[in-house]
Amino acid sequence: MDHAPTSQNAAQHAEAGHGQAQDHGAGQHPISIYLWIWGLLFVFSGFSYMVDYFQLHGMLRWTLIIFFMLVKAGFIVAIFMHMAWERLALKLVILAPPLALLVLIGLMAIEGNYTFMTRLASFVH
Amino acid sequence: MNTESTGAIPGLSGVTHDMAADKQAFTVPWGKAMMWIFLLSDTFIFSCFLTSYVRMSTTDKWPNPSEVFALTVNGHHIPLLLIAIMTMVLITSSGTMAMAVNYGYRRNRKMTTRLMLATAAFGVMFVSMQAFEWSKLILEEGVRPWSNPMGAAQFGASFFMITGFHGLHVTCGVIYLTIVALRVRSGFYDRKGTYETVEVAGLYWHFVDLVWVFIFAFFYLW
Repeated sequence: MDHAPTSQNAAQHAEAGHGQAQDHGAGQHPISIYLWIWGLLFVFSGFSYMVDYFQLHGMLRWTLIIFFMLVKAGFIVAIFMHMAWERLALKLVILAPPLALLVLIGLMAIEGNYTFMTRLASFVH
Repeated sequence: MNTESTGAIPGLSGVTHDMAADKQAFTVPWGKAMMWIFLLSDTFIFSCFLTSYVRMSTTDKWPNPSEVFALTVNGHHIPLLLIAIMTMVLITSSGTMAMAVNYGYRRNRKMTTRLMLATAAFGVMFVSMQAFEWSKLILEEGVRPWSNPMGAAQFGASFFMITGFHGLHVTCGVIYLTIVALRVRSGFYDRKGTYETVEVAGLYWHFVDLVWVFIFAFFYLW
């Protein structure tokens, strides 16, 4: 009886995925990977700042801003937040629901003009 | 409990197994899973803010953020200078936090404490620069939530709400990180037997940095 809870705890601990391996310092990523990502984030932030500094406009500006933004977000989530090393179940639970936001963005793109036109029709006479 | 049958199946059948089997769904500490769920809900809040902001800013004559947030240094007019520095500070804090988590799992108490306190210090620096930016806009340029001299009246309201809500997150994060750092220093997590709390705190902090990436793109650069 004495041993039952102990072995259960051990099993739960092993179930906690990479927890055990990480806790003992074995199999840790080298620090250099974080320094690399840190540097890359600096570089890409610099690039997006340059977009404004050189006053690019229109489609080119928006494409570049969104591209640099997604690259930076990807690095932060994948490496800094360790998402790249998580199980697929957790990845899907966290990364799939935000796709619903695309519906909101789509609706705003369609309905925004309609709202604006309605406002104009009611208030600007 | 058969440990060999858990967490071993890759791909989509692994998802089915993880989700449907009569056991803990996610093979991570519960604190980490819950922090991820919280961050997911926060993602929705910030996305709603930014989506409505971008939508709104296209329906009225909107102030040009590149000019509103420009600083004049030695007679040179530099657009978005303060914002660029704030971005670098927050990215740096994210880097030190990632290394703190790494040293935590290596059981290096000293380095973990130092790096976490450095992260919190960068956070304080960020909030101070934000306070400077706010006071400049409120006191010198007369921006109010209901009106401003540059253009659309909604500019002030959305600016104060979006950056204010983000600043609140940074402030809470600084307090959170300081508490965890002091516990690391006192050996609390060595006695507890795991440093996962450091990683959970790290998730929160990286999320604050992540949100800033989006605010930087949609609010300041757009």
